[in-house]
Amino acid sequence: MPTPAPPAGPIPWQTARVVAVRAETPRAKTFRLALPGPSGHRAGQHYVVRLTAPDGYTASRSYSVASAPDGSPEFELTVERLEDGEVSTFLHDVVEPGDDLEVRGPIGGWFVWDGETPALLVGGGSGIVPLMAMLRLARATQRSALVRMVISVRSPGDLYYADELPGPETAVVYTRQAPEATARPPGRLTADDLAGVVRPDATGYICGSSGFADHASDVLVGLGLPAERIRVERFGPSG
Amino acid sequence: MAEVTRGFFGRRKTARDGRLPPGQYDVGDDWPVLTAEVTPKLSTDTWTFAVEGLVERPRTWTWDEIRALPPSTYAGDIHCVTTWSKLGVTFGGVSVDTLLEAAGPLPAATHGLAFSHTGYTTNLPLADVTGGRAWVAWEFGGAPLPVDHGGPARLLVPHLYFWKSAKWVAGLRLLDHDEAGFWERNGYHDRGDPWLEQRYQGD
Repeated sequence: MPTPAPPAGPIPWQTARVVAVRAETPRAKTFRLALPGPSGHRAGQHYVVRLTAPDGYTASRSYSVASAPDGSPEFELTVERLEDGEVSTFLHDVVEPGDDLEVRGPIGGWFVWDGETPALLVGGGSGIVPLMAMLRLARATQRSALVRMVISVRSPGDLYYADELPGPETAVVYTRQAPEATARPPGRLTADDLAGVVRPDATGYICGSSGFADHASDVLVGLGLPAERIRVERFGPSG
Repeated sequence: MAEVTRGFFGRRKTARDGRLPPGQYDVGDDWPVLTAEVTPKLSTDTWTFAVEGLVERPRTWTWDEIRALPPSTYAGDIHCVTTWSKLGVTFGGVSVDTLLEAAGPLPAATHGLAFSHTGYTTNLPLADVTGGRAWVAWEFGGAPLPVDHGGPARLLVPHLYFWKSAKWVAGLRLLDHDEAGFWERNGYHDRGDPWLEQRYQGD
């Protein structure tokens, strides 16, 4: 697998200006940030956000980039609000356009898709975020034929990017409550949900909670996708 | 120097725990699972651990053989690069010193590349896995190590960020040079000392 050369020095902290904030769901907000120079991220990478108190205390968390690489200084992070989360509650409750945030990145060279190879994107809940960067890249470069995305959420109100998501390459599975016109009864992801989208030459990208990731991995392996072709990103409690 | 974030004062109610390295927080009773691979289904019937490379006597232990070695425990803290730390934990297993002693490292050996049954790898200076600072661990809190945390057995190098503590560990290859492992090829630091915040390449 090609790996970019590591940077010569430390990845610097940069100041990013918050240029827009919008709600994706009652518990998730997208923050559009602008750097002094191009973001240069790859689809699937993340940034670290660092908050600093007047006494020097800091708290840092990593958040996946939701926007496609486009060569611009702007990028978007979608953040789920965790009640116990020191950083996510601050971002949700306090941060507004015009604020500055310290960020470091982009980071990660494994859970990335550069838009060249077939990819099967399987996300649970907030695990859609890095996969959305991949879907957006595919659409922006007319490579949608390479990508299939299946997202599992509890209910329609939990689905991020709901307006943008529908398309021939995407499907949504509801585990607790489905929209009225949905034929599939609510329930956890099964082989039936993925059988039609697995292609033997694809790389699987699974993102979600650890339980979701293990379950989705088992289903994909059961459908014949080799385990070594599956890349996993698990969202732990990261506040 | 970090810039002050407007409106941020932090949630601390008490003094910061001195066991927490810079930039880390106490995750409490949680133990997040952060693995980049599919969780493997390993049987202790076929599980092995090998010490190979620059050693006098390459050795492979079966599950029963490694568990018959003198036991060793770790009681202390663990630190993940994603900023959580877990304080006051205990692991049981065997000291890497015991395994290396059986294999006899050659004088030229300076580094180790730990490898897992999944293909995961991570690199470590030999000095970081000797002197009572590294284990092959199969117990956590007195119970068998859960599979999602690396069971049946994982490497344990608790003084470094926890990606160095390879889950589902299969062996240690001794080398005369440093060879980047999985995360180290993907942007993370070659050594990973949490007290120096060696998170990413170049830190």
